[in-house]
Amino acid sequence: MQAARDFSHYVRDLGSGVSHIDLAVEGVNCAGCMSKIERALSALPDVTLARVNLTDRRVALEWKQGAHDPTRFIDRLAELGYKAYPFEPVRAEALETEQASFLLRCLGVAAFGAMNVMMLSVPVWSGNVTDMIPEQRDFFHWLSALIALPAAAYSGQPFFRSAFRALRARSTNMDVPISIGIVLALAMSVVETIHHAEHAYFDAALMLITFLVAGRYLDQSMRRRTRAVAGNLAALRGETATKFVGVDEISEVPIAAVQAGDIVLLRPGERSAVDGSVIEGRSKIDQSLITGETLPVKAGLGTAVYAGTLNLSGALRVRVSAASEGTLLSEIGRLLDNAVQARTRYVQLADRAARLYAPVVHAAALLTMLGWVAFGASWHDAIVMAIAVLIITCPCAVGLAIPAVQTVVSGAMFRNGVLLNSGDAIERLADVDRAVFDKTGTLTLPELDVANAASIPAEMFELAGRLALASHHPVASAVARAAKAKTPLAGVEEVTGQGVHGFVDGLEVRLGRPSFCGADYLANDILCRDPEASVVAFRHGETCHVFAVRQRLRPDAARAVAALQQCGIGVEILSGDRKPAVRHAAQSLGIHEWRAGVTPADKIARIDELKRRGIKVMMVGDGMNDAPALAAAHVSMSPVTATHLSQATADLVFLGDRLTPVVAAIGFSRKALRLMRQNLWLAAVYNLLAVPLAIAGLATPLVAAAAMSGSSLLVILNALRAHRGVRELS
Amino acid sequence: MEVLVFLVPLALVLGLLGLVGFLWSLRNGQYNDLEGAGWRAIADDDPVQDKPAP
Repeated sequence: MQAARDFSHYVRDLGSGVSHIDLAVEGVNCAGCMSKIERALSALPDVTLARVNLTDRRVALEWKQGAHDPTRFIDRLAELGYKAYPFEPVRAEALETEQASFLLRCLGVAAFGAMNVMMLSVPVWSGNVTDMIPEQRDFFHWLSALIALPAAAYSGQPFFRSAFRALRARSTNMDVPISIGIVLALAMSVVETIHHAEHAYFDAALMLITFLVAGRYLDQSMRRRTRAVAGNLAALRGETATKFVGVDEISEVPIAAVQAGDIVLLRPGERSAVDGSVIEGRSKIDQSLITGETLPVKAGLGTAVYAGTLNLSGALRVRVSAASEGTLLSEIGRLLDNAVQARTRYVQLADRAARLYAPVVHAAALLTMLGWVAFGASWHDAIVMAIAVLIITCPCAVGLAIPAVQTVVSGAMFRNGVLLNSGDAIERLADVDRAVFDKTGTLTLPELDVANAASIPAEMFELAGRLALASHHPVASAVARAAKAKTPLAGVEEVTGQGVHGFVDGLEVRLGRPSFCGADYLANDILCRDPEASVVAFRHGETCHVFAVRQRLRPDAARAVAALQQCGIGVEILSGDRKPAVRHAAQSLGIHEWRAGVTPADKIARIDELKRRGIKVMMVGDGMNDAPALAAAHVSMSPVTATHLSQATADLVFLGDRLTPVVAAIGFSRKALRLMRQNLWLAAVYNLLAVPLAIAGLATPLVAAAAMSGSSLLVILNALRAHRGVRELS
Repeated sequence: MEVLVFLVPLALVLGLLGLVGFLWSLRNGQYNDLEGAGWRAIADDDPVQDKPAP
């Protein structure tokens, strides 16, 4: 049964006989790639559009309906050396894009208004001290009103809407004092203009809006970009399933197109992408990614199969019980939503401050006004000062202090391959002084690798690799991968349960069980030295070689462990695996504290013991057997391969084959915590200095708007320094 | 000072033109790929327009 790839799920019909598809492409990073891809794809007949988006690393393609199958584009890109996969824009991403363009429109309108009103204000200011006649001044003020009122009404929408929503829910937020300040300043200016006064404050109100919208746009675009990158990453994993579309007819479809109740085929050597139960076939399955158990389990009718399970020997038919929900795309989407909405302790603090803040600010403004009236100032002067108080105390600096740092840090962490699952993880991660690692799948890679590659002659290794391509067995695939074999041998036959054999230049070649190749003696020799390795034998004529296949340490594990120890974080291993395997890993990484054969309950006991000694523990682990320990630790981290993420309780998730993200995350979080504290101080000091000035009537609304924007900018600039956190630990 | 009567509206119209231009470019998707647009400017030729429209 050969499965046809079917990507029709992703193709959109634009009407008038044109089809559209979006592809996420890996490895596009320069102008050269861009024109190469566009040229190659537009050269295909009937392609009407091929446009690369270099920012999002995507290609938009349009073609005459029915002229092409989407797989053809993917194959063409593969020929050029780019991995591509259809991409389905998530609804959340579409909403963010819409929001971004709305904020940009607001920013454009506000900036246009602010600049033109400023152009009219400068002559009034200079005219006031020279020879401007009142009629001219009124003309300029009316013109300003004509520009400022519609501009403010349009570009202030993000604040007005949010403030209105908050008021309707009978609460207040940052946007309430902002909106009141803007509306009051504008209303006051209109009244002043009607009474032929010397000053109007249209410029102050519009400047305020411009700066605030700019801040919102920056914040929002950072989030949007993270989401786009995450979407690509998930799409490029290309999670597919082999679905039965007829009784014996199969088709390879994206996971998104598989629903509960469908029947999928799980071939030997494949990893399941869905949850379900076996309805036909017998096999051995490897559940190590889910349970940590490295010995294969027998699977037959009714056995439950989870996403991430590796099928070892026979083909299985699986009825899907849950799909899509557990895919990487939906997981990453959920993680990002959590990160965005995360309410950390400091954010909660800032929010509480803001709730207290609004009434305090309004009371202060009211008291300022009444106080000045009581001291004999005119109503007009008193109201102007009250507006200045409202604008200057606009709590943007306090409100931005924490979220700005969080946004920058979560963006920087994402670029270093770490996703935040819970918001207060940053603060908890910053004061960790002990890192506890699980071994299988955390310190080691989830894929198998050949351990004794150096002791096998290169040409034998290559030949064995080419022969191994004929087998689906995971141990054989590991040999093929290690030998970087590309071209399979012709005429190879498989002997079920034994291995594969064929002929090269008249000599017989065999790959499989040691007994199949007559290499029992060699194999036993290797197994004595390395008991937890799997062996596969290779015979070429009369010569025999045996490959020891085992899990390999992550390439930079030793460096990451050394970096952690250098900055005063103790490292230890708690593993459920056997003693020799754990000792071997600990010795090669330079870790002195390790425990082997530990049950999940023992792991919790050990973490509790450390906690009692006042040690802040970070648990790094994968698999369901680690979940309780992850929950018990002060802060926890999982590799993204820890398949059933929805069941993992980790605070952070790291991507890729390397351990460096773990180290980088600690560096970023330490820096972030310092910056959050600095920012809160900056905001507090600013208010302590500026508010008395405004109450004393020494700040006009324009000066107040400039001071407010200045303090917000200061806080944002300080937050941007969080980008460089990684240097602390490298 | 009568010059103000048409200089000020003229300045405003010019500013409005800029705003309309900005909104037009935004709607047209000119800000969707800022990185790629920078490189397209110095690319030798536009590969998309190489091909005659079908």
